[in-house]
Amino acid sequence: MSANLSALFYLISGILFILALRGLSSPETSRQGNYFGIAGMAIAIIVTFLSVSNFGTGFIYVIIFLIIGGAVGAFIAFRIPMTAMPELVAGFHSLVGLAAVFVAISAFLKPEAFNLGIVGNIKLASLIEMSLGAAIGAITFSGSIIAFLKLRGIMSGAPITFKAQHLINLILGLTIIFLIYYLCRSQSPNIFWSIVIISFLLGVLIIIPIGGADMPVVISMLNSYSGWAAAGIGFTLENTALIITGALVGSSGAILSYIMCKGMNRSFFNVILGGWGATDQSKGTESKEQKPVKNGNADDAAFLMKNASSVIIVPGYGMAVAQAQHALREMVDALKKNGVKVSYAIHPVAGRMPGHMNVLLAEANVPYDEVFELEEINNDFANCDVAYVIGANDVTNPVAKSDPQSPIFGMPVLDVEKSKSVLFVKRSLSPGYAGIDNDLFYRDNTLMLFADAKKMTEEIVKSL
Amino acid sequence: MEIDPFIFRLSIFVLSIFIGYYVVWSVTPSLHTPLMSVTNAISSVIIVGAIIAALAGSEENILESSNIFGFLAILLAAVNIFGGFLVTQRMLQMYKKKKK
Repeated sequence: MSANLSALFYLISGILFILALRGLSSPETSRQGNYFGIAGMAIAIIVTFLSVSNFGTGFIYVIIFLIIGGAVGAFIAFRIPMTAMPELVAGFHSLVGLAAVFVAISAFLKPEAFNLGIVGNIKLASLIEMSLGAAIGAITFSGSIIAFLKLRGIMSGAPITFKAQHLINLILGLTIIFLIYYLCRSQSPNIFWSIVIISFLLGVLIIIPIGGADMPVVISMLNSYSGWAAAGIGFTLENTALIITGALVGSSGAILSYIMCKGMNRSFFNVILGGWGATDQSKGTESKEQKPVKNGNADDAAFLMKNASSVIIVPGYGMAVAQAQHALREMVDALKKNGVKVSYAIHPVAGRMPGHMNVLLAEANVPYDEVFELEEINNDFANCDVAYVIGANDVTNPVAKSDPQSPIFGMPVLDVEKSKSVLFVKRSLSPGYAGIDNDLFYRDNTLMLFADAKKMTEEIVKSL
Repeated sequence: MEIDPFIFRLSIFVLSIFIGYYVVWSVTPSLHTPLMSVTNAISSVIIVGAIIAALAGSEENILESSNIFGFLAILLAAVNIFGGFLVTQRMLQMYKKKKK
């Protein structure tokens, strides 16, 4: 296949990828969008086979590796529980990163296969592109591995900090840039390997100081990195599909990071440099004087909700941990039978990744037109009888609106306290991830339900 | 003077960032998780580079180190392509409207 023809096909597959993302603007078109994505991928792979047109032993190996990888991927995709989506996505990011590193290494070892010159005399631009691709890919890989371990609970979610941490990261970053410059002058393989190794190290160091609750930002950021790594390789290979995709994925991840940061009212750098979770733990204990709390049980909750005319459910990460989404749906069904109007309110940073709660509710067969974003529903709390907070905490804290001293001041929160009564399911009075006491616990209209989110919800279903 | 082809690729890249910017802002927040998994799947189009790397060279020396890195990259990207698209599909199937 001629180079021009295959370039046109790569353009088509790039366009199909754009349409795949476009489809996600509404759930109705999203499934079609996913098919566009699959078609784009199929075209890219087939065109590559035809343009290399080497159908010997190597081709058979390629097919074997494709089938093995595909089978593993399909197996994971069907088996993974929806609550584990954040770690799955982190794991997938690490694979893209590592694949980018491998392709870059391969291009460095055999530049003639990619028309980039010969060993020891690789074109300058290609050398910069491939070493950037390798460096970003390596950072994505090791960073995603750390994110995966933290999300999976294998590694503690607590931030790991040490002295001069940021200085060391800065020095490592500058070293990588210097080495790339030096690589361009010397073409030495040792320099190339050093870039890869230092980048692996930097990826680990960037992610370890970031706490568990900031994972939505981390995942989005690594998503973005994996895109930039792909784009770097795309420039090396002069491949349009890869350049377009890299740009799409890179900007997509960047926008998601921005939305997540805005949801916490923190700057991107503040999150990356690991603030919060690490520093503010002392603050929670300081205000620990015993304040009266109203304590309720499942029967009280059932009574309140049954007699309400409207109920808003506020789910959070705790719901995912307790796997309470199905019990929750049953509760809502029972309430609806009693003529109660029920809707769901989702805070942008509820859960461990963007859109995490929406997927879990969808899994439990909650229709998506009953689920609302913060801006859509926040005014409705004032007219609502009961707010049922399940597994969320900081995102409901009214302190964010009233106390300029609070670390979460200015963060957009759900106005739960405006509803006539608040049912707060929680295991204890302990503060949330931000380490801040929630004022809501002590309000007159709040009834605390101390229990596991799933057990409590099931009990409420029984007494309904 | 002739324009370096790099400039054309850079133009494609910059324009695609803009397209990405506008397309992603139009994605409904409730689909942000599928957005991440599908971007993950499509970024595995890096498999194109992996295939070229794996098939480079003549028939006898198909197992040189550069080829082996290519094969490994194919394996990783394939996990991602199939895993990413299928898990996205699985998620999207679950989004249903209220029964009227």
